[in-house]
Amino acid sequence: MTHVFDDEGRFIPVTVIEAGPVYVTQVKTPEKDGYSAVQVGFGDQSDKHLTFPKFGHLKKAGLTKNVRHLREFRVDAVDGFEPGQAITAEIFSAGEEISVTGTSKGRGFAGGVKRHHFKGQHMTHGYMTHRRPLSSGATGPQRVFKGTKKPGHMGDEKVTQKGLKVVAVDAERNLVLVSGSVPGANGCLVTINKEAK
Amino acid sequence: MNKQAILDSVAKTYQKEDVPQIKPGDTVRAHVKVREAGKERIQIFEGIVIAVRHGGIAQNITVRKMSNGVGVERTFPVHSPNVAKFEVIRHGKVRRAKLYYLRDKVGKAARIEEKR
Repeated sequence: MTHVFDDEGRFIPVTVIEAGPVYVTQVKTPEKDGYSAVQVGFGDQSDKHLTFPKFGHLKKAGLTKNVRHLREFRVDAVDGFEPGQAITAEIFSAGEEISVTGTSKGRGFAGGVKRHHFKGQHMTHGYMTHRRPLSSGATGPQRVFKGTKKPGHMGDEKVTQKGLKVVAVDAERNLVLVSGSVPGANGCLVTINKEAK
Repeated sequence: MNKQAILDSVAKTYQKEDVPQIKPGDTVRAHVKVREAGKERIQIFEGIVIAVRHGGIAQNITVRKMSNGVGVERTFPVHSPNVAKFEVIRHGKVRRAKLYYLRDKVGKAARIEEKR
């Protein structure tokens, strides 16, 4: 992340997203696939690391360049999408509201305090329970209900951040500046959705 | 191009190029743009720089002055478009980076020797 100043001199934190160029690798139609969607590829991959099935898939789309990641977007109509076509950051404009989906940072096996914001107990004065989960429920049902908040694996899951705003678009370098932060670690893959809500 | 280089180049397009080098202890004059009733005018804030916080586009300076016997401090983002320009009037001779001790001094004791 970095910061920029807007027209009124406000200081805005922004995330810089490299949004393209993405290449259409497959167009799915209701007749053939049962639903309409557009599959796009992004990134770079050497011939050495390309698997043979992926090589065939990209060849069929008529791509001149290898792509690393493939993602599918559901669309209402596939008109105007051709395999091999490049989509750049120019489809976004400043001021537009978007949502960004990514994979959140993995926290491993996390305790209740971190994972569910349990209060925790005192650290001193003879307490030996500090950050332990304590009670799992009443003695009445004689069991723990499903879905009870417990320590466990946290993060590394799909997260969508809604209501973000495009601050600026650098069409030359395919960069989109988004206000605030987006899910995931630095340099990870995210998808930008034009539906903000 | 690595990630940091991209971030730096994005921030650079929003940074000013003609900012003078400002150090703690300097006396600066900040030309602040003030919008009033739809009009814009320049207001001058002059004082001693007591702190410089670095960080590229996020760099800011804290300026302290005495106004009618009351100490006033303002923090300016150096690259903000709301500040038309900075003028460095005087370079001060100081021995530390943050001059917060000036807050406890008044009158003669709050002076800073000029650097030559």
